[in-house]
Amino acid sequence: MDSIIALTGDGFVMCAADMTNARSIVVMKEDMDKIMELDRHRLLCMAGEPGDVAQFTEYVQKNVHLYQLRTGVSQSTRAIANFTRNELAKSLRKNPYSVNLLLGGYDQHDGPEVFYLDYLGTLHKMPFSAQGYCAYFILATLDRYYKPNMSEQEALEVMRKAIDEVRIRFLIKQPDFLIKVVDKNGIRTVSK
Amino acid sequence: MSRRYDSRTTIFSPEGRLYQVEYAMEAIGHAGSCVGVFSNEGVVLAVEKKVTSKLLEVSDQSEKMYVIDKHISCAVAGITADANILINQARLAAQRYRYQYQEPIPVEYLLQQVCDTKQGYTQFGGLRPFGVSFLFAGWDRHYGFQLYQSDPSGNYGGWKATAIGSNSNAAQSIMKSDYKEGLSLKEAHELAIKVLSKTMDSTTLAADKLEVTTMLKNKETNEVQVHRLREKELESLLTTSGLLSAQTETSG
Repeated sequence: MDSIIALTGDGFVMCAADMTNARSIVVMKEDMDKIMELDRHRLLCMAGEPGDVAQFTEYVQKNVHLYQLRTGVSQSTRAIANFTRNELAKSLRKNPYSVNLLLGGYDQHDGPEVFYLDYLGTLHKMPFSAQGYCAYFILATLDRYYKPNMSEQEALEVMRKAIDEVRIRFLIKQPDFLIKVVDKNGIRTVSK
Repeated sequence: MSRRYDSRTTIFSPEGRLYQVEYAMEAIGHAGSCVGVFSNEGVVLAVEKKVTSKLLEVSDQSEKMYVIDKHISCAVAGITADANILINQARLAAQRYRYQYQEPIPVEYLLQQVCDTKQGYTQFGGLRPFGVSFLFAGWDRHYGFQLYQSDPSGNYGGWKATAIGSNSNAAQSIMKSDYKEGLSLKEAHELAIKVLSKTMDSTTLAADKLEVTTMLKNKETNEVQVHRLREKELESLLTTSGLLSAQTETSG
């Protein structure tokens, strides 16, 4: 039931995720952070089975840290995306993680990038993307309003339009959304 | 009695030395010399080809220069048979990295892996260390062009200009005085050749006694590539450096 959205703008990536954690018909909590900070310039939006998500994304995060400790440099967003895809593809034939992800990052060489990843091991670089049921509404909204190289203000407006669409059309209530932005200066939370 | 502490690599001598490792380094001092010169436009590796016998078929492939991946090449001083093991491992590591990250491996990370193996053989179980020193030339997105040197103990370091093999101390002192900060690729070539000409045993320098490769960026595609100098290019380089021996000049 998770809703995660990510889009690239002019020198930044904006990520949004709902904050509801529910199981079956019960809402467990409504202040969950589904946007993991992999390192100073990388955001991982997480959707899927909560246990799998926690296990898998922490594994990715720790591997990113290990790489940085070993080499003294940080990987490109694309390298992290390919590593993650590889792990998902490996697990698919053994004990699949039910995890769908959006990886957003800023890199001094490649600029802002968003990657779409799902549990089947699909990897795509996208200008904007969404996962979960919300994608049925949001992709249409983003198709209509997304422009390349938007300012942060413009991007926030488009993001709010998309989130409003979820609130109006989606059967399940998702009252709160968390929005984070990553650019050359690092990660910050824009709004809840 | 002097043999008590040098038959196994794992044992320190009472003075705190590891003789087998020191002997391995000694072995490299007898190998043909290799010179590496760094410039912002690329890295030059030059090696001396030792002609063992005129009856030996000259192979077209080099025995001392190896391409590890598109963006990394290396020169070897020491026991070639030992080097082959490490080079195979390095190539495997480079391709494994490409498979996992879909990206070329950073130069230092590759070297770290090779040197970890070398170090392992100075510590574990009655084996002898690798009798090999490397010069690694490469390029990556983090630090651009780079030049590294490694020795049998597993130590490595980044250099602007360095030499391994016979007479490497003399070579290093020439480069210390002659290396200019921010030199061009052409000047790097000339320096490498000049140093090699002074460290080689033979008095005459000819194109068939040398081998030179360059890591550089292709001007059209802007991609990094390894360029091995052909005999013609070597000859013109020797002529412009004024190092071509009198004998070959007259015969050619």
